[in-house]
Amino acid sequence: MPLAVELDRVAFAYPGGAPVLRDVTLAVEEGEFVAIAGPNGGGKTTLLRIVLGLERPTAGSARLWGEPAARSGRRSRISYLAQRAQLGIESPATVREVVEAGLVARRGVVGRFRASERGRVAEAIERVGLTPQAAVTLSKLSGGQRQRAFIAKALAGAPDLLVLDEPTAGVDVDAQEALALLLEDLHRDLGLTTLFVSHEFGAVERFVDRLVLVRGAVVFDGDPAALPSSWHDPSHVHP
Amino acid sequence: MSILDADFMRLAFATGAVVGILAPAVGFFLVQRRMSLIGDGIGHVAFAGVAAGYLLGVSPVATALVASVGGAVAIEWLRTRRRAAGDQALALLFYTGIAAGVVLVSAAGALNANLFAFLFGSILTVTRGDLLLVSILGVVGVALIALLYRALVAVALDEESARVSGIPVGTLNVVLAGLAGVTIAVSMRIVGILLIAALMVLPVIAASLVAWSIRSTILLAIALGLAAVFVGLAVAYYADLAPGGAIVLTAAGSYVLVGLGSAARRRLLARTTG
Repeated sequence: MPLAVELDRVAFAYPGGAPVLRDVTLAVEEGEFVAIAGPNGGGKTTLLRIVLGLERPTAGSARLWGEPAARSGRRSRISYLAQRAQLGIESPATVREVVEAGLVARRGVVGRFRASERGRVAEAIERVGLTPQAAVTLSKLSGGQRQRAFIAKALAGAPDLLVLDEPTAGVDVDAQEALALLLEDLHRDLGLTTLFVSHEFGAVERFVDRLVLVRGAVVFDGDPAALPSSWHDPSHVHP
Repeated sequence: MSILDADFMRLAFATGAVVGILAPAVGFFLVQRRMSLIGDGIGHVAFAGVAAGYLLGVSPVATALVASVGGAVAIEWLRTRRRAAGDQALALLFYTGIAAGVVLVSAAGALNANLFAFLFGSILTVTRGDLLLVSILGVVGVALIALLYRALVAVALDEESARVSGIPVGTLNVVLAGLAGVTIAVSMRIVGILLIAALMVLPVIAASLVAWSIRSTILLAIALGLAAVFVGLAVAYYADLAPGGAIVLTAAGSYVLVGLGSAARRRLLARTTG
């Protein structure tokens, strides 16, 4: 399978700071479902930002579909669900308004929606099971429902690559399970390349193709079943 | 004699209508981006622009427009290039703007009542030329918001995700900052440089107490903004007050009224369902 994401001997440090990542090599094939986990401060969010072209590595290279990540021509095919704290969950937006925002990158910033685009929005809302709440504002939804609204926003853009940063933070165990099942459905039905970045990977462990543990460097990359039992809580990773 | 018999009041109401629509529409996106105070910073730069107009002997509205848009774009540049944190960038703009204004206005020998009209608004000073400029800028501003509405919402909801997916976030931020600058310049004759930021923010936070979507928040905020301008101008006319203060106090009053109404409605709903 062609590669969607390629990191080759990537290192990163903030100016004047200690190294955050060193010698990270990672390849994600199109259609793979990969969990990237590790302790807080272990560099997984930085790794994600390098993959997305939001940060440039201090050494090595990052590529998306074979192009330098920072200059990828397929940006509109990436849907990124940022950490909860960065999302406008206090805005007066309804679920439908949030999901409509997911269409903008694909269709351009100007103009009115066509009927087919409104249909795609309704389809994305249905897919995450929020049709009855389509006209409800985010502030009236539970944490898990809000999370699903933003996943529907990501889906509306018909992405090739879905990237989720700490999607389970602040939602209860049931909502985490529901989210994992939803991601598995999307991966199976749509063949989405999915990167799930979290310090809690228990909910998705049984669904992912690969688990990558990051603690300054990649300390594990493989089938989650091969993970030593003492490493199952990534906040206690011992390389 | 009716309030609308006087030519200056007709000009004030017509200009006020543009202000009442444009200020909350632009303000909504500033509030969502947690940039509510940017209007104050730009207002201080607009003061320097007015002073430059006096010094150069050209229209203070035109020079304030140039200064406001320039200041707004500068603050956005400082913010996004991480040359300064958001509040530091604002502080830089605030104090440089007001100091430049004081220096220029004293150099022009214009520390007089005309200057006060720009600071706190005046219903007597709107000219037909002002109304024409304000109308053109108002139409352009509202058209830009309508045209870029969905992209502005996408950035307001999640700036980083918008950037990742290739939406031109930097350009949209500069456009929004420019619109804030235009709104300040358009509004200063009526509301005054020192108070215009309130008209960009108060109707939006009042509307958000009862709105049920982004679209309804913007429309309600515009309705409240228009009501504040018209009621405030009428009060200023009959009580011989500076209109800026009357308009902003009306907007603040609308927040209290909407808040009380919303709380009463919630209590009533709780009683009927409980």
